[in-house]
Amino acid sequence: MMQETAAAEPESTRSAQSADEGAPPGSIVTYTVGLVFALLLTGASFIVSQTDLLWAPGVPAGLAVLAIAQMGVHLVFFLHISTGADNTNNVVALAFGLLIVTLIVSGSLWIMAHLNTNMVPMSAILEMHR
Amino acid sequence: MNASPATAPLAGPQSHSASLSYSGGGPASRRIVVGYGFWIFLLSDIIMFSALFATYAVLSGQTAGGPAGHDLFELRHVGAETLCLLFSSYSCGLGALALERRRMSAFYINFALTFVLGAAFLGLELGEFAGLTARGAGPSRSAFLSAFFSLVGLHGAHVTAGLLWLCFMVAQVAARGPRDFVRRRLLCFSLFWHALDIIWVALLTLVYLMGAR
Amino acid sequence: MMGKLNWDAIPFAQPIPMAASLIVTLFVFGVLGLATWKGWWPYLWREWLTSVDHKRIGVMYILLGLLMLLRGFIDAIMMRTQQAVAAGGAQGYLPPEHYDQIFSAHGTIMIFFVAMPFVVGLMNFVVPLQLGVRDVAFPVLNAISLWLTASGALLINMSLVIGNFARTGWLGFPPLSELQFSPDVGVDYYLWSLQISGIGTLLAGINMVTTILKLRAPGMEYMRMPVFCWTALCSNMLIVAAFPVLTATFGMLLLDRYAGMHFFTNDGGGNAMLYFNLIWVWGHPEVYILILPAFGVFSEVIATFSGKPLFGYRSMVLATLAICVLSFTVWLHHFFTMGAGADVNAVFGILSMIIAVPTGVKVFNWLFTLYRGRVRYEVPVLWAIGFMVTFVIGGLTGVLLAVPPADFVLHNSVFLVAHFHNVIIGGVIFGAFAGYNYWFPKAFGFALDRRLGAVSFWCWLIGFYLAFMPLYYLGLLGMTRRIQHYSELSWQPYLIVAEAGALIILCGIAATIAQLVVSIRTRERRRDVSGDPWDGRTLEWSTTSPPPAYNYAVLPQVESLDAFWAMKQRGPRLPAEHYETIEVPRNSANGFVTALIAVITGFALIWRIEWLAIIGLVCAALTLITFGWIERHEDHVSGEQLASAERARLRPPGSA
Repeated sequence: MMQETAAAEPESTRSAQSADEGAPPGSIVTYTVGLVFALLLTGASFIVSQTDLLWAPGVPAGLAVLAIAQMGVHLVFFLHISTGADNTNNVVALAFGLLIVTLIVSGSLWIMAHLNTNMVPMSAILEMHR
Repeated sequence: MNASPATAPLAGPQSHSASLSYSGGGPASRRIVVGYGFWIFLLSDIIMFSALFATYAVLSGQTAGGPAGHDLFELRHVGAETLCLLFSSYSCGLGALALERRRMSAFYINFALTFVLGAAFLGLELGEFAGLTARGAGPSRSAFLSAFFSLVGLHGAHVTAGLLWLCFMVAQVAARGPRDFVRRRLLCFSLFWHALDIIWVALLTLVYLMGAR
Repeated sequence: MMGKLNWDAIPFAQPIPMAASLIVTLFVFGVLGLATWKGWWPYLWREWLTSVDHKRIGVMYILLGLLMLLRGFIDAIMMRTQQAVAAGGAQGYLPPEHYDQIFSAHGTIMIFFVAMPFVVGLMNFVVPLQLGVRDVAFPVLNAISLWLTASGALLINMSLVIGNFARTGWLGFPPLSELQFSPDVGVDYYLWSLQISGIGTLLAGINMVTTILKLRAPGMEYMRMPVFCWTALCSNMLIVAAFPVLTATFGMLLLDRYAGMHFFTNDGGGNAMLYFNLIWVWGHPEVYILILPAFGVFSEVIATFSGKPLFGYRSMVLATLAICVLSFTVWLHHFFTMGAGADVNAVFGILSMIIAVPTGVKVFNWLFTLYRGRVRYEVPVLWAIGFMVTFVIGGLTGVLLAVPPADFVLHNSVFLVAHFHNVIIGGVIFGAFAGYNYWFPKAFGFALDRRLGAVSFWCWLIGFYLAFMPLYYLGLLGMTRRIQHYSELSWQPYLIVAEAGALIILCGIAATIAQLVVSIRTRERRRDVSGDPWDGRTLEWSTTSPPPAYNYAVLPQVESLDAFWAMKQRGPRLPAEHYETIEVPRNSANGFVTALIAVITGFALIWRIEWLAIIGLVCAALTLITFGWIERHEDHVSGEQLASAERARLRPPGSA
């Protein structure tokens, strides 16, 4: 014969809730550090794109790296993404989202760039019309 | 803090290991549930933007004989927009902190600053759009311009919605005080506002900086 | 003043559309009139229209799906009849202009307003109960999702009466769907109705993902969740990932049509092929969104009625996750013939074949579950076995189509039509009916009539094979899809057989309706008193039938997989000594009001009635602000009420 476990709701709810709601992650220091990093990375992006500091064919890659770094700064310092246990779901969701974005963007670019593979070149079509 | 026995219908019992892992600890607290739901919404929004990014990448060369990015983009203007948005993100973060610490005047000042900076960003962007349209480089001119206006414009629409939401949040804080449900909504707003800055970083890089070369 | 709207919009001069319009209008106003005359509105408003209870919302979704099944199926019968007679020189009874609208409406309705609502409805009803919690994460948002879906359905039905529908197929490919080639309101009806319901679906996806990941009974770790919840999780993750792409793509087509932009136009640098690419980025995950919950239903049904735990739980979970990720890597197989070249085609072709492997794992797990079980042939099991045979055939033809050279022959033939109906009917519809019969007693307190359920199943099974197997053969012979007439007389006998199959399916649908009516009339004979009519394994069977609004007076403590089965092994349950007061979300008119405004705004946008559209958008914003401002108070159920309900529920059978 088993008693249904009538769970002790109120106390632990209250303390767990206050643990969640009472101490927000982040402080003025984290936000300021994040701002400084973001400003530096923004400045670097402008410099890289507008000057010859970086070898020209490498500029798109350089810009991409700087952008990803800055997005990371925002995620960590402003959005407080961390590797804490209660954050695991958020990180997994973010990873899944990034995977999807990568598949959509790179897949679309690859496909659209190839869609004329079997097209007869324009010159040959004009030739046929002569 | 919470006097009633169960403050939310779904806050069930939580074992002591709740803080270690949510896997087996029972339903999570309302704040975590709302925050996570909004996080998922933001990811879906980012995926929507990525479809438009992909479109822009495919169509960026299709200028139909009209102007291309390097003819149209003014980087000083874009730089100003970037600074406005970045600093507004910063003041939003400080404002959210102030609310959590119940320092109300700091909250109001920082959120007013956020609004002003966000509105400045929007003003600069609308100015850019109006200028382009007046020059005959409106969204119906070519596929490139359609993609540009819709991608940047969608971000601007999100900023506009964010500004309206900001006003609503400040009004609700003023009227209701820093209650639990108000603070949860403010958490969502902060996530939203910071995410808009993340998307701007991608826009800045892929559209303006790469396009202006 | 009224934009493009005028009296010409009503099809007075065309007999068939006019007759259809009259029937639909009479049905709708008939139901509304009946409700008014009988004074049902207070009850309907209080108990259903403003309900935020996931169980009520789930039932309403399924009701929507069943109603739209009638509309979509009538379209199917019309098409089959047309194709059965329009051979040689005969033109049939449907002009091409009308036929094109019918096949477009058929596909749109079946995917978006039958299959999606059914699947979402089942997940809505079952998942919180199986997780051992009281409701989804965001109950009011849940209601909004339902009503937005209903808005989209209403708009599509309005296109029958006022104006016309799109002639561009269920996906609306440009350049045909651009303003230049489709200047009338048909494509606009299609786009706006799907944008509105798409938002509803996306919100539902966010809701369900959050619920499954953050709201589970204490002790229910990930590997103790029922398989249906795993498939629901993956399906909703796909919704969250895929629907934004649909919204963006339709948004771009709308911008082309309304603002003269050039995303997919022939001129201005537009690229119609980009639409194909993006729409199928959504379109392929969409079919997995539909099938994964059906797989979940079958896992539950087969395990329960075999009296054994599901074979290979871990591999089921991994297979589901694999399908979830892989579904985003195969979309090009829908347009192999669009010209991407051998490299691209080969990669996507191979990935499309790989995605069949996890499904194969699932089929073997189901077979091994049945093996050496004491199988009870209730109606859900009939659907499950029918599914296993039918879906495997459909899957095999899918793997065949995944071979690009084969697809070059078969693309857009009726072979393709047979394949996707094979998997959607054999998979999604069979799963929907299995779930419907399985969980009906839980929802309403009495089981459905078994004999009529079996009749419905056999009609669907036989009808399906008769309707679609000829199409495989005709596709190999070269018959194209979506044709209003054809010159090849030798095809006609096969199409007549197909028509016969459709009529048999019609009998199956009639049997389902009869089953519902008869079951309601004779419900006392099949009352579910125990709450566990099938000797179930998962937590939903531990509640009364129907469960109370709050589901569980006390959230169950879960210690293993198949939590309820484990509870039953431990012996009869006693009520607890003490019950805490719990909160129950109060009703909200938010969903209904939002949906009403959505319909009006959508209609105004479709017909280019600018002032009404602006009013609608302003009202939508005001609704958001107003409902956001009003502070929601929740209802409470006191510990004493819970205690008496629980004592009644757990009273040993036969005692006073």
